Amino acid sequence: MIEMTDVYKTYSNGVVAINGINVKIKAGEFVYVVGPSGAGKSTFIKMMYREESPTTGNIVVNGVSLPKIRNTKVPLFRRNIGVVFQDFKLLPTLTVYENVAFAMEVIEKTPDEIKKRVMEVLNLVGLKHKVRMLPTELSGGEQQRVSIARSIVNSPMVVIADEPTGNLDPETSWEIMNIFDEINKSGTTIVMATHNKDIVNNLKHRVIAIENGKIARDDLRGEYGYEA
Amino acid sequence: MKLNTLKRHFRESGKSLVRNGWMTFASVSAVTVTLLLVGVFFVIMMNLNHIASNVENDVEIRVHIDPAATEEIQKTLGAKIKKIAKVDSIVYSPKEKELTNMIEGMGENGEAFKLFEQDNPLRDVLVVKTKTPQDVGQVSKKIETFEYVQSVKYGKEYVDNLFNVVNIARNIGVVLIIGLLFTAMFLISNTIKITIIARRKEIEIMRLVGATNNFIRWPFFLEGLWLGVLGSIIPIGLIGVFYSNLFKYVSPKINIPFFELLPLSPFIYQISAILILLGGLIGIWGSLMSVRKFLKV
Repeated sequence: MIEMTDVYKTYSNGVVAINGINVKIKAGEFVYVVGPSGAGKSTFIKMMYREESPTTGNIVVNGVSLPKIRNTKVPLFRRNIGVVFQDFKLLPTLTVYENVAFAMEVIEKTPDEIKKRVMEVLNLVGLKHKVRMLPTELSGGEQQRVSIARSIVNSPMVVIADEPTGNLDPETSWEIMNIFDEINKSGTTIVMATHNKDIVNNLKHRVIAIENGKIARDDLRGEYGYEA
Repeated sequence: MKLNTLKRHFRESGKSLVRNGWMTFASVSAVTVTLLLVGVFFVIMMNLNHIASNVENDVEIRVHIDPAATEEIQKTLGAKIKKIAKVDSIVYSPKEKELTNMIEGMGENGEAFKLFEQDNPLRDVLVVKTKTPQDVGQVSKKIETFEYVQSVKYGKEYVDNLFNVVNIARNIGVVLIIGLLFTAMFLISNTIKITIIARRKEIEIMRLVGATNNFIRWPFFLEGLWLGVLGSIIPIGLIGVFYSNLFKYVSPKINIPFFELLPLSPFIYQISAILILLGGLIGIWGSLMSVRKFLKV
């Protein structure tokens, strides 16, 4: 599903973000990526959806070798990846429904397909009753649920989340984690960078710890391992 | 591209025009002023060309025949001129006709010349037309070498000066038009740039969910096109009203030889099409510049 071989990443300013990583993530896995700030977690995550490219090494996601893929093919590759961010990245002028539908419009789905599928995923995240509201009228947790709905609306094989509970209170964070768990149970691979010790230690999954651009730990049912 | 997608691009480009109301207004105004000036220059240039071609078509060589030439010699001379490759036609005008033309051409003052009817000092003339006006000088020089030719005239200075003026006006016009078009293009490109910055988040999300580069570009192209086309409406209206009035009221009162404005139709439609086309092109070009630079797509 996701395979990194001898991956190194040095930014143009000389900062070494990833310093030799080899990792395999199988289809249907749920993986936490943990580590101190500046350890290279975000770069590690960004390389999976080809927002960043490695300086050397190979990354294969869904059978596509990312360093070799042509720029024009990147959009097609991304249609099989869902991405969720800490700051939600919703469009404030669009309603909940429109924000989710947007992800299907840009890949030219028909209006009928869009309507059916958007209502399905909004139901899954428990926001069917708020379709006409604007993001500014929602709580943080609800906004993150819209963002998750958008990430899964095109039925991706992998969902990549960069600190999705970073801006949420503990109770709301658990609501969001339960949604991710449901998505994972339906067969979708989930890779999540997080700082949330409570969640990592209680909702047990594989934990990859990154320190100084290298994998420090890789445990199948791991612990957070740092002071929160 | 699917019809629904095309509809979406049209909708988005329209929304963006409204959302960035003031920038839209600024760009459309800039295009309006530019195209108005461009339109006026076009009107002037195309009419100058028209006048020049009127003159060109009227250019003829007048060969004054030596009075010593008999009728037979005149005929031979005519045949000899006709044989020159670049000569199109030749008409014989006897000196009596030349005098009548002169008297008529001078109007009231011509009366005084009637005295010459008794003893006509003019010469018989061969009026020669060349295949193209540019051949006049060369053909004249050749005719001058023939026997029994007293003089050859074709209004050299008059014609050359006119062509010079038209050429200079045309060059100045072209430089000004290109300069103005560039200014408008940069203004449009600036508006699109601001639109792109305002919609950066939307573009970022589009890319994340797998929108193709073309899908992202299209609404901006259309927005540029609208800015250009909207900017061409007022210039077309103003130039249309101005030119039709000029043609109706001013043109008939001007009594200068060869000075004749281009007829209203199809000229007015041609200039409208040119302005819409130019507006659309600078719009698309402006947006292309911004999209390429700021989207890196």
